[in-house]
Amino acid sequence: MTNFTTSNGNKERIGVYVCHCGSNIAGTVNVEEVAAWVRTELEGLGVLISRDYKFMCSSLGQELIQNDIKELGLTRIVVGACSPHLHEQTFRTACRRAELNPYLCELVSIREQISWVHTDKDQATEKSKAVIAGGVYRVVHHQPLEPLHVPIHPATLVVGGGIAGIQAALELADAGYPVYIVEREPSIGGHMAQFDKTFPTLDCAACILTPKMVSVGSHPNITLLTWSEVRQVEGYVGNFTVTIQKKARYVNDEFCTGCAICQEKCPKKVIDEIYEAGLGYRKAIYTPFPQAVPKYPVIDRQNCIYFQKGTCKACEKFCPTNAIDFTQEDELVTVNVGNIILATGYDLFDARRVSQYGYGRLANVFTSLEFERLSNAAGPTNGDIVLRDGVTVPKTVGIVHCVGSRDRNFNNYCSVICCMQGLKFAHIVHERTGATVYNFYIDMRTAYKAYDEFYQRVLEEGTLFVRGKVAEITDAARLPGEEGKLIIQVEDTLAGKQRRIPVDMVILSSGLEPRSDAKDLAKLFGISCSADGWLIEKHPKLDPVATMTEGIFIAGSVQGPKDIPTSVAQGAAAAARVLGRIQQGEIAIEPILASVDAEKCSGCRICNGLCPYNAIVFHDDRNVTEINPALCQGCGTCIAACPAGAISGTGFSDTQILAQIDGLLLLNAE
Amino acid sequence: MSINGKPKFAMYWAASCGGCEIAVLNTHEKILDIDTNFEVVFWPIAMDAKYNDVKAMEDKSILLTLFNGGIRNTENEEVANLLRRKSQILVAFGSCASEGCIPGLANLSSLSDIFNASYQSASTVNPDNVAPKTSVSVPEGEIHIPAMFPALRPLDQVVSVDYYMPGCPPESHQISRVIDLVIKVISKEADLPPIGSVIGAGESTVCDECPRHRDVKTIKQFVRVQDIDKINADLCLLEQGIPCNGPASRSGCGALCPKSGAQCIGCYGPAEGVLDFGARMITALASVIESNEPSEIERILEGIPDPVGQFYRFNLANSLLRTGTAAWRNNASLKE
Repeated sequence: MTNFTTSNGNKERIGVYVCHCGSNIAGTVNVEEVAAWVRTELEGLGVLISRDYKFMCSSLGQELIQNDIKELGLTRIVVGACSPHLHEQTFRTACRRAELNPYLCELVSIREQISWVHTDKDQATEKSKAVIAGGVYRVVHHQPLEPLHVPIHPATLVVGGGIAGIQAALELADAGYPVYIVEREPSIGGHMAQFDKTFPTLDCAACILTPKMVSVGSHPNITLLTWSEVRQVEGYVGNFTVTIQKKARYVNDEFCTGCAICQEKCPKKVIDEIYEAGLGYRKAIYTPFPQAVPKYPVIDRQNCIYFQKGTCKACEKFCPTNAIDFTQEDELVTVNVGNIILATGYDLFDARRVSQYGYGRLANVFTSLEFERLSNAAGPTNGDIVLRDGVTVPKTVGIVHCVGSRDRNFNNYCSVICCMQGLKFAHIVHERTGATVYNFYIDMRTAYKAYDEFYQRVLEEGTLFVRGKVAEITDAARLPGEEGKLIIQVEDTLAGKQRRIPVDMVILSSGLEPRSDAKDLAKLFGISCSADGWLIEKHPKLDPVATMTEGIFIAGSVQGPKDIPTSVAQGAAAAARVLGRIQQGEIAIEPILASVDAEKCSGCRICNGLCPYNAIVFHDDRNVTEINPALCQGCGTCIAACPAGAISGTGFSDTQILAQIDGLLLLNAE
Repeated sequence: MSINGKPKFAMYWAASCGGCEIAVLNTHEKILDIDTNFEVVFWPIAMDAKYNDVKAMEDKSILLTLFNGGIRNTENEEVANLLRRKSQILVAFGSCASEGCIPGLANLSSLSDIFNASYQSASTVNPDNVAPKTSVSVPEGEIHIPAMFPALRPLDQVVSVDYYMPGCPPESHQISRVIDLVIKVISKEADLPPIGSVIGAGESTVCDECPRHRDVKTIKQFVRVQDIDKINADLCLLEQGIPCNGPASRSGCGALCPKSGAQCIGCYGPAEGVLDFGARMITALASVIESNEPSEIERILEGIPDPVGQFYRFNLANSLLRTGTAAWRNNASLKE
């Protein structure tokens, strides 16, 4: 019954600008033809001018639009170019400079949605005409809008206390702003705290990490919430409300001095699967390592004799400051922050999945993390490189690269760090045991500063390199000299022959994988992750630490495999982005909002439970639903759900969308 | 104006059940106001008249025509065009003329299926295999009867319509209000609403007129009214799992059905500005289904065994799709 044709009473003056994007668009779309077609076919709708240009986003291209707005008195702009994600802001800003409300500009993607996905030039050209016609039909119904300005809360939440999170937190705290760090383990430090040496400089990991950890622990601007996890995130950029579950430590941190007597006296030994990678023990009351920050231990309820059997309390008896408190319960704390940085890191690829490599079956096959602990001076063997029996020093060691990476059975991607890690292991084995070391690699990837030099150094040390993917690791001896050894079956692709190399010890340079719960994390914070599970950055080159959700940033290997320098750089980069936000004091929010027409709303309450941002309130007295514009993010959920059509969204009204469809179908209309 | 100075009134039924006519008569003494204020020139159910009489009238000589019924055959279309030409104000009166209504549900079937069901199916005794033809030769010559179109169209898909009056049928008190309004307009005491408006109805939805209490909208299962032992007399029917169309249906009826414990079936059509009634209602209900498990959602949705009947009972011919594929494939003759 409603008339949705686009003919408007007082005709708009529309300018259409079709971009070549060099050959990005013009290679597949006949841009000149599209612009000419728009000029003649859409004149009746008010198109005054239709131009094509090599690079519309360039300053000359923008000036072209600005001049037309001024000279021709254009009232609506349609740009056919790249995705709005890339340049919508650019063209809106150009409109604003020419004193046209920026929201009267419509950016139509003819690159991502046409030229990059089609090969047939004629059809791509026709499709470009259709989508631009859709844009012209739509833009007629645009309304001038003004952005909302909301204040930015100066505090920041950093999720994950590894090196990336630590760096981000310190940058922000040093700049004078409050930071909350949430870490699910009892201590911050992350994977880096498990390492002995770091490539390529062979700095001791603890020597460079622990000072930063201590700074975090003692920083007046940092609130450290370890043994804690984020449970709920509400709000929006500038004003997030985050609910954090502080798991019960059963240790009162007001009294605990970190003297570690409790750990000494606790009678229950537990294999430490996390920090010691299963190679060492901890107690039921523990800090993962002596330099842990914070210094307060936690009681592992599942293994505590008191919690399981009802008696013991040795820790309580011996604690000199009465800090043990078995009555503690999990606690929910709520913090308000303006921005969030996610730095939750990675999981090590489970080498058991490559069953032919025998990890878990053959005792002397080790994972990279196990070797890190083995070689760590503070580790279970005090840094002695020995076989699983704890005493035998290996005479021959094989290091297998690309375990679980660059393998279509597991992960297609390169895990980035494994080559350098494998070289580091070769160096350490060589240095500490004098053993013969073989490295089995597919391609040696030693990009970045001083990495290849390190490779040369390891080569010169006498490590033997075999180029080829290891087929199998077995203890089944076939040839003389193989008895009691692990035999590495490999095709040496440089020598062009199959080889069987007997060794005493194998180290699997396992790849990195997204955290097993990465998808839950993405959902909790309302951002996207790739099919692999790595979180997706806003732009892979130009915006690597932002996400598509305003106010949520990512740093370190949560975004993809990364070495320490890159993780640190990303942590600092994310902090810089957040600082920029905080210093502006407020942020302009897109005025794309939903609103309820109270006359039409009958208070059916269908929409009431749907808002992900809790922006909907119901007024019982008036039987009417209302939307809080400061909380609304314009996601459109309630608009779609409203059976009465009483909710409408600025920028995405039914009229706009249906007009756009009319335009899209223009070429098909008889 | 007629000879007696009164403006002319017409009412016509196309593809409809006749309920709209009854609803007009059901205004009781108000019918006398029509007679007092108008000269009734054409109203097949109430008085004898011939199409030729209407054809002979001057264009725009009828002030008000209430047109009920959808356009199902060539005769409906011809009269619609004729009355459009002769009338100053053409009202799509009732659900059939406004949005297709129950006859519009036949748009899901092809004409041959419709004829088969009517003339050939087991329920029909038709030993001579009689089937409708558009023309037949008799000794006196060729006789033509109207041809069916492959789909039913609401009035505004055939001619331009000035006002819409929803309802199956329109409530008599609403008809009275509209008659009063037109009489006031004639005596220059009121202005006509903007062309294209819906008249004789509210601007919100049935929920607005429904006294039932609303709480939390989450649906764990759909049930039919007849399958419930006792309906909570005060609680929103939808919240009791009864698929009530009230949230999407235009107000104006006074929420008669939900007040009596029966779900709203949507006879007053979509709310103002809503393009597709069924799509609105489907997205609304889908939004509040309380499960994220595909199999569980499937089970809940099975509680609506006839989605078209539930969501498009009145609106199919005016929905975005307008017809099912059967009629769509054969729509060549529907072109305007």
